[in-house]
Formats: sequence, C-alpha cells, structure tokens
Amino acid sequence: MVSQTALSPSPSQPPIVVEGVSLGYGGKALLEGLSFSVQSGEIVVIAGGSGCGKSTVLKSVIGLLKPLSGRILVHGVDLARTSDKELAQVRRGFGVLFQSGALLGSMTLAENVALPLAEVAHLDRSALELLVRLKLSLVDLDGFQDYLPAEISGGMKKRAALARALTLDPSLLFFDEPSAGLDPVTSAELDRLILRLNQTQGTTMLIVTHELDSIYAIAHRVVLLDKAAKGIIAVGEPHRLRDDSRDPRVQEFFHRRPRN
Amino acid sequence: MAMLHRHGAEEYRISLQGAPGGDQVLRLSGRLDLPATEHLLAQFRRVLAPTPPASLTVDLSGVEHLDSGGALALNLLSQRAAERQVPFKMEGLSPQAQQMLALMQPQRLGPPAPPPHPRSRNPVTNLGVGVLRLLADLGEVVGFVGSLARALALVARRPAILRWRDVELYMERVGVDGLPIVGLISFLLGLIMAFMSAIQLKTFGANIYVADLVAVAMVRELGPIMTAVLVAGRSGSAFAAEIGTMVVNEEVDALKVMGFNATVFLVLPKIVAALLMVPLLILFSDLLGIVGGMVIGVTYLNLTVYTYVQHTFSALSVPAITTGALKGLVFAFLIAGIGCQRGLTVSGGALGVGRATTAAVVAGIFLIVVADSIFAIVTYYL
Repeated sequence: MVSQTALSPSPSQPPIVVEGVSLGYGGKALLEGLSFSVQSGEIVVIAGGSGCGKSTVLKSVIGLLKPLSGRILVHGVDLARTSDKELAQVRRGFGVLFQSGALLGSMTLAENVALPLAEVAHLDRSALELLVRLKLSLVDLDGFQDYLPAEISGGMKKRAALARALTLDPSLLFFDEPSAGLDPVTSAELDRLILRLNQTQGTTMLIVTHELDSIYAIAHRVVLLDKAAKGIIAVGEPHRLRDDSRDPRVQEFFHRRPRN
Repeated sequence: MAMLHRHGAEEYRISLQGAPGGDQVLRLSGRLDLPATEHLLAQFRRVLAPTPPASLTVDLSGVEHLDSGGALALNLLSQRAAERQVPFKMEGLSPQAQQMLALMQPQRLGPPAPPPHPRSRNPVTNLGVGVLRLLADLGEVVGFVGSLARALALVARRPAILRWRDVELYMERVGVDGLPIVGLISFLLGLIMAFMSAIQLKTFGANIYVADLVAVAMVRELGPIMTAVLVAGRSGSAFAAEIGTMVVNEEVDALKVMGFNATVFLVLPKIVAALLMVPLLILFSDLLGIVGGMVIGVTYLNLTVYTYVQHTFSALSVPAITTGALKGLVFAFLIAGIGCQRGLTVSGGALGVGRATTAAVVAGIFLIVVADSIFAIVTYYL
C-alpha cells in the first residue's frame, strides 16, 4: 500500500528520479548510465535525433519497459519492482498521451474519456456526462462526445486523447511526440494548453519531442540524448544550451545543422 | 450537520452552520476530489432541498486539494442555488482552486455537434438504408470480380508481374501450415463415420461396406467441404485481416500511388496459392479420412487391411476423385476471393478489421455450401 505522503508531491523528493539506468531490448543496451530527475511542477523535454531512444526512456518511466539495470522512481515507487496493485495506484496518478493517440476505436470520445473514471469514482450518469463534456471542452472538443475516433481528424484525435489523459487530473503527464502529425497552428495550441496546465495546476510533465519550436516554447529543461554516445550528452535550459554549449552535437541539434 | 467522509486513504470534512431557512455557512476541508464527488453531490443536494437557506456561503479555506470532480460539484451547487434564487458565494479559494472552478463551469458547454451519420429511427427508412447498403455491397463484389478478371488478363500477358515469391509464401501458409489440422480433423471424421455406420451395418452382417461408405462420403463430400471450411477459417480470415490492416495503415494507398495494381500485388498471389493448395489439401484429407475409417475397420470389425483397401478402391472412381479436387478449385477461389475483397473494403480501424474478418469467414462458408449444392445438382444430371 502506498502511503498518502508518497503519492503527494513533496519538495524533498522529485516525482521522477532516474538513477543509473540502462535500457534496451533483448538484453542489448540502447542507452547506458542514464541519470536525471524531474522536479515537481517542472516541464522536462527529452530530445535527440531519431532512433536515439527517446521513446524508450518514456516507456520505461511509465513502467511499460523494465530497465536492464538501475532504477526509476516515480513518486518514490520503483515501478519495475513493485506489486501490480501499487503499480496501478501510481499509474492512476499520471496521464499518458501516446504518439498516435491510442483512443479505443470501438468507443465514442465520451466513453474513451470516461474510461479511467470507472476505476476511481462512481458518478451518476448526468454528473459523469457533464464531467466528460467539460474535459472535452478543455481541448475544444465539446459537442463531439458522441463521435467515434474514426469519424474525426488526426488533430482532434490527439486532443481527445489528451482529454482522456487529463480525466483524473493527474499530477504527472507524459507526452510521446505531442506535435507529431499536427499542423503548426494546432501544434502551437497544444503547446499553449501544456503550459496552461502546468501553470494552473502545477502539473509535472515529461515530454518526448524533437520539435525545436515546441522545445523553446515549453521546456524548463531539456535532456538531450545521443545515439552514438548511448546516453545523455547535455541537460539544461534550451536557450542556454543553444547559446552556451561547446559540444558540437548539441550545436548540431539546436541549430539544425546537418552532420558533415 | 457535521460529518467526516472517508474513502481509502483520503477524506474530506463537511459541516453546515446556521439555522435552516436562515443564513447558512457550509464549511469544507480536506480533499475534494473525484472519488469524493458522488458523495459531495448527495450532501449538496440536502443543503438546498427541503428548506433552502436565505443565503449560502461556502468556506473553502480548509481545502487541501480541489480537482475537477470537486470543482464540478461546487459549480453545480452554485447553479442550483441560483435556480432557487439563494444568494451564493464562495470564500477562501486559492488561485489554483479558482482556475479549476473556472475550467469546470457547466455553462461553458455548447450544443452537441451534428452527428457524423444521421441515424434514423424510422423502420421504413432503416429498411431502405439497409437495402441500399446491401446493393452497394453487391456492387462492390461485382466490381472486385471485374478487377480480378482484368488483373488475370494482365498476368496472362506478362506472368512476371505476378509476385511469385508471395505465391510461394502463401502456398506455405495455406497448404503446408494447414496440413496438421486438416489431417487431424479428416482422420477423426473418418474414424467417427466408420464407427457410427459400423454399429448399424454390423447388425446386417454388412461390415465390409463400411469401407465403401467412408471412401465415397470422404471423397465426394466431406473431404472437400471440411477442407474448405478449415481453409476459410484459417486463411480466408487471415487474408481479410492482413489486407484490412494494410488498408487502415494506408499501405494499399501507397501501393496504388507507386503505380502497382493492388489486385495483382495483393489479391492474385493469395488466390493463386489457394487454387494450387486447396485441391492438394482435399486429396490429403480424403486419404486421412480413409485411414481413419480403416482403423475402425481393422480394430472393431476385424477386417484385414488388404480387404479394406481393395474395397475402398473398388468403390472409388477416378472421376469421383477429380470432381472432389475440382470442387477444391472453386472453393479456393471463393474463399480467397471473398477474404481479399472483405479486406479491401475495410474502414474505421481495429473494429473494421474485426468485422471484415468475421464477414470473410461467414461469407466464405456460405459460398462453399452454395457452390457445393450447385455441384451436387450438376453432377447428378451429367
């Protein structure tokens, strides 16, 4: 049983701590010796070129992939070594926006958004409907509650998926490539929504992206990964990294400079 | 009224001060969150219900945590108070709680968007829509047969455009991988048939005719039908699911844009592989059915293997065997064709793929039985 103190954000312990973690598939390490933490209320972006393992890091932090070594603590709980019950309890405190949205195709938007609620609260129909519609209105999808995911556009699907991730008012939010496949306007709107959530509710966020515009707009800190280095090559505020870093790999990334 | 509400580790406190019908203060503290929402709503209803207060002040200074559930409950309370013309105010709100309350205003909601497909409740309209859909479906099948004929003409002119390596792959999937299950089912079928008929035939001393019965039934009807049903279940469904998923992932569109004929690229290899393998599977099924019958003949009816085999051969004729295999060609075409056709018409993600797969198997088995009936009539008159 997780004690209440462990689940509520405390200033002494960051909500996400990654300590000396190696990650990979089939025993082969893709990333080695990763260590970083995300402070409460902070927006951290994991960035890096394609194939450097950004999404792998995210997968391991949300407990879908066990690290080969090291440990990852979310709210003080090691997700790879905890019981299923505790894992479910910790996961209830966070929302995940998957790259393609991952809405369940057989359910309407309202049913998708109401899905996480069933485990937590037993609301009567009218209150549930209001709550779901308000969640959808947060992402400007009020009115579309009876649509199936197949009947709306890609950007709308992404926003609906965000509404589902927000259903339980998570204190931790994870995004996998939030702006992938979105037009610049929708993408900027999503960035603004992310900032608003962070400012109004103090939501801690870990975001995987390689969109520079988004990084400058939302990131408090960037964790930059590199495929060849098999790990972190820089951590810091994005503008500072761009202007001050001497590392040519960091410069290449922030100035969109092609290698060679 | 003062009470403590607990659920799990969290809790909130609620107390109401002031005389009923007078100025009342509702004090809330603790966690007003989603798990508590249902309970909060019920409590709030009681505050306003029998005798509404002259005014209501909600003191939230003791609230540690307010999430969307709690905010919605408070907003609904404020809305109900306004409906009853009770002056209402909230005190002791943190800026964060204020933001949350603003986000959870039911007044923000607009009317629902027009439904994507207007669904009528009128049975006559629905019948009409159903018939039109059926006709459109039929039209698609006819169109598919047309594109198949065209693809065959293309391949006949230039056989190299058919992907023979895919044909080999599907021959393995349909044929070789299907051998164990076709063999097992046919063997058991022969066994059961021989056993059931032996019980009857024994009473007339006609033991030896079990061999004839099993041979004729397997080769003429059961071998082809059982094999076809199994292939429909194994391969027809797989074809529909594979092509359907490719449609959903826009792979079929990509092929078309690259200048490939989707029918030649995706459909023909599967149909050709099925045409080549199903007749062979039927012969294999015939053989194992007869072996199954022989096991009963030898063990239960005390026939020798030699007599059994001899009787089997005398009961069979070459035309009977070739007709069985010929049926296989027709069944193979129907199963693979309908599987691919259902796959190509998929729309709407995982659900659509599931529907197409089911439709492929159901339509496949239906077509097998219809074709078999036609065969029965035609062979009778020939």
